[in-house]
Amino acid sequence: MIVGAIFLLCIATTVVGALIAALTARIIRSVCGLMICCIGLAGLYYFLHSPFLALMEILIYVGAVCVTIVFAVMLAEPEEGVRDEKRGATLLWGGFALLVSAAIFWGLWHLGARQDWTAPVTRVNDFSISAIGKSLLTTYSMAFELISLALLVAIIGALAIARTGRTKP
Amino acid sequence: MNPPPLPERPDIYFTVAAFLLAIGIFGLLRRRTLIGMLISGELIFSAASLNLMAFNRFRAPDPAVGQIFVLFLMGLAAAEIAIALSIIIAVYRNYRSVKTRELSELKG
Repeated sequence: MIVGAIFLLCIATTVVGALIAALTARIIRSVCGLMICCIGLAGLYYFLHSPFLALMEILIYVGAVCVTIVFAVMLAEPEEGVRDEKRGATLLWGGFALLVSAAIFWGLWHLGARQDWTAPVTRVNDFSISAIGKSLLTTYSMAFELISLALLVAIIGALAIARTGRTKP
Repeated sequence: MNPPPLPERPDIYFTVAAFLLAIGIFGLLRRRTLIGMLISGELIFSAASLNLMAFNRFRAPDPAVGQIFVLFLMGLAAAEIAIALSIIIAVYRNYRSVKTRELSELKG
């Protein structure tokens, strides 16, 4: 009973956070909506038997990604505030976006939620963190090293891109 | 037979993931600044992660694989955010704006 209530709370947090992230006019509220959505997603990961990824979701998304976006908001002032376009065109484009996203949602829901996914599977492993650690250091060690290399290249590339143009007045 | 309790039903996770993808694409089409589009892209990443985790929970023989894949996906999303934000900063330094309507010049 209370487990079901907490589960519904996680789903509501995710959905409301995503709505705030996509619909508000101010960018900083949108970033806060992304944070709320990621906290709800961490709860859903916990219900999917993966507390490790729930912690990682909060650590990486809320702690790193959203804070980095807040830094960019501070540096670049991306306010959408004043309407500099015609109202009719904005409404038309919003209606088109709503139509496209509703079609995608209906199609995926029809595809995914209408099937019967409950057939039992034979598991060769469990959900524990030690199983993840063993797999990371044996089967997926190459991909693990490559992801660290990709992160290093991304950091160096970000520094190089943000540095150019600084010498101009 | 009784239906399983709510956290054990895969269709709920798939519905939430489809909703996240749809609202991400809605924001991607509707936002008028680069940072807003980036946030919508993060919502799409989250939808993909949730879908992978749901399949990992209910259908995978080895449940460690999906978790490792989502971990790599988070790392790639962090790298993408770093690159995209530095590009946004560079664009803002050149144009004094990150509105997509005003970024209409190409330099060949």
